[in-house]
Amino acid sequence: MFDSSSIIVGLEVGTSKICAVVGEMTDSGLNIVGLGQAKSRGVRKGEICDAPAVEEDIRNAIVEAEQMADVEIRSVYLGVTGGHVRGFNNRGVHPVVSADREISEDDVQDVIKNAKTINLPAGNHVIHAIRQHFLVDGQDGISNPVGMLGSRVEVDVHVVHGNLNRLQNAIRTVKGLQLEVDEIVFNGLASSLALLTTEQKELGALVIDIGGGTTEYTVYSDGVIKHASVLAIGGDHVSNDLAYGLKVPLGRAEQLKLEHGSSFLDGLKEKSATIANEVGLPIKTVNLEHLRRIMSLRLEEIFQLIGQDLEQAGLLDYLRSGVFICGGGARIPDIARLAEQVLQMPVSIGKTNSISGLKSALDQPEFATAIGLVKFGSFQHKKRAGKASLRDGIKTTIGQLFKRA
Amino acid sequence: MDDSTPAVSVKIFGVGTAGINILEQIAKAALPAVTLAAINTDAKSLATSSATEKIALEAKPTRGAGPSGDPKRSRAVAEENLPRLKQACEGVDVIFILAGLGGGAGTGISPVLAQAARESGALVLAFVAMPFDLEGNRRLKQAQQGLEQLKNTADGVICLPNQEILKLIDEKTSVVETFGILNGLLAEGVSGVWRLMARKGLIEIHYTDLCALLRERRGDSSFATAEAAGATRSREVMDKLFAHPMLDGGKTLAESDAVLVSLTGGPDLTMTEVHRVMEHINSKCERAQVIMGAAIDEAFRERLAITLIAVRRGVVHVEKSELPEEEQSPAEARATSSDNLTNHLLNQENGARPNSRFVPPAPEMPQAKMEQLAARQTRSRKTASKMRQGQLPLEIISKGRFDKSEPTIHKGEDLDVPTYIRRGVALN
Repeated sequence: MFDSSSIIVGLEVGTSKICAVVGEMTDSGLNIVGLGQAKSRGVRKGEICDAPAVEEDIRNAIVEAEQMADVEIRSVYLGVTGGHVRGFNNRGVHPVVSADREISEDDVQDVIKNAKTINLPAGNHVIHAIRQHFLVDGQDGISNPVGMLGSRVEVDVHVVHGNLNRLQNAIRTVKGLQLEVDEIVFNGLASSLALLTTEQKELGALVIDIGGGTTEYTVYSDGVIKHASVLAIGGDHVSNDLAYGLKVPLGRAEQLKLEHGSSFLDGLKEKSATIANEVGLPIKTVNLEHLRRIMSLRLEEIFQLIGQDLEQAGLLDYLRSGVFICGGGARIPDIARLAEQVLQMPVSIGKTNSISGLKSALDQPEFATAIGLVKFGSFQHKKRAGKASLRDGIKTTIGQLFKRA
Repeated sequence: MDDSTPAVSVKIFGVGTAGINILEQIAKAALPAVTLAAINTDAKSLATSSATEKIALEAKPTRGAGPSGDPKRSRAVAEENLPRLKQACEGVDVIFILAGLGGGAGTGISPVLAQAARESGALVLAFVAMPFDLEGNRRLKQAQQGLEQLKNTADGVICLPNQEILKLIDEKTSVVETFGILNGLLAEGVSGVWRLMARKGLIEIHYTDLCALLRERRGDSSFATAEAAGATRSREVMDKLFAHPMLDGGKTLAESDAVLVSLTGGPDLTMTEVHRVMEHINSKCERAQVIMGAAIDEAFRERLAITLIAVRRGVVHVEKSELPEEEQSPAEARATSSDNLTNHLLNQENGARPNSRFVPPAPEMPQAKMEQLAARQTRSRKTASKMRQGQLPLEIISKGRFDKSEPTIHKGEDLDVPTYIRRGVALN
């Protein structure tokens, strides 16, 4: 019998595109077997504002992915983002009460639970509580305390949280399409999973995902997530700035951005570009210097804001393997050079090289998030497979049989 | 100096029938070391007064009708008797003027009295009652003119609009009672301010502080007094204070720019109580300079009284009203001004009151010339308003496709607005 549970689907509902990536868990590892995408019409700044349109777009993307991978998609790992998503570090404490002072698995579960109970604004939901380090009796830097002796165990976690209602909006839309949501994953976390190797995580790295409506950034250091946040600025803002500054319609501005956009003013071959209508008659001439200045200022600002935030968090000095840019924004010519200039550290365009599979999907920086979602799913899958006893396994299999019917 | 003897000499003038009535109320309170004086054009009302000094201003026979009801005539009479008024003010540090505005005597005489008192060097505080709305437009207008004049001559004007009283009384309150409450409120105010200066305080408000507060500003003031007894007196007194019609639920405090607070309590007054009360008042005063004083009075054992004066910065109302100065014939004006001058000089020679302040009268000019000037003023103002250049609405930067979405605010900056606009980069 074909084991459907080895199929993992990542669905990213982005501001500019909706993208579904199908991955297959094999004995040799994770393999990307399908990809579907559709232009997004009902999303602003990473959040759904027109549910019916989004529903239709998701359906198109899923159908395309199903056809390509030749599978039936039943459940997805859904990527979430938006200006409301925030991350912060928290510490949980738990006393070890057993007689022999040995830290058990239960103690670890308890301390993580304690770390998750935080004072969040009403209506906020914890998306992730990612464990960083354990401390046993004040001894720092322990990655797994199970079996150690101690009287008190502490854990540092990075908590990513967001507004529950807004997160629910995305989940509901997906569920409206008869799709199950396995889990929701913060987009910034997903992209970093796709891009970074273990070595890079150890050294310390910053992943910047410049999307259509939002820019997510995640900092890894010592192999764990130290900081994750969202800026509700993205490619849409660049287009909007251009439309305003050059006095052209938004669609035209988008087109100009793709054709003539750059992060820097230098290297201009022509002074101006002419916009022609359908029959080739010129309508308007646009000063390319202005275009690039508007664009470069906006992009520079994005990096400056990220830089300021990381400086405040005291993380700028821990990024020894540098900065990786992904998302549609990575396509902007010379974006790495601009980021290098602003952040004063090596910057490169991120490549998803930790997974095998479709070359066409892996090469594109804008699919990093969706691929990362699949990777996140594969971790969960492994975890579940390891945990599930025989009885549970039978139960879920039967359950799934019923679900299918 | 004995505790009960005030360091300053105080004289309270009741002007006009209403003023004399308030004076009666104060006489009942029997404030020590205070001289009470009554001034009116009507000898009859003076006869009933218990004031120690009575000044009857005799009106010229105007075909049998007295000047009552006409402030201009009362004013003229007062000006004729300026030396007498000044004499009455001689050697006094603080003068309170009590009057009901809107009528003849109070409205007309008070400003002249205030001027006389100021010229003799006293601090002049006027406590006046504005007429009820129901008393008619004319009286209200007269009262407003009188108030303006009084504000120009007195150091401080504390004005109680009678209309506010309607909030305090119920359906069954009789007219007599209502006026009783009114007089009581003003009398309370006067005694509150008097207490402020007279009582030897723990934290003293100097007479000079009060002078500085009022003289610098010359605005209109509001006052409120409250008293409570018992264990919860500090809380109670605050509740009562903010229920006072003059404070308008604390709104007045928020608008005022100087607030003077005087607390009077018995020897059992605790620091915590003072602190609590002051904290509450300070929290209500947003931008006001708060001056506080606390005094101990044996008679206030287990009681706590608070007097609060809130001063708003004087906005000089240049309402186009026919000020009596303008209506005076030039000759008369000259007469009064020269009178003032001689008096002033005399005073200086005597050296009795070196801090005398002389208020110069408006420059004299013939009636025709003045009208011409006034006409020109109004005309020029009219043309100015017609010629005023239209103003384009402030340029609002459209946020394009983000117009309707939730703004991205970062440290007070709206990041949806193009960066180059926020940074002021010009595109040539």
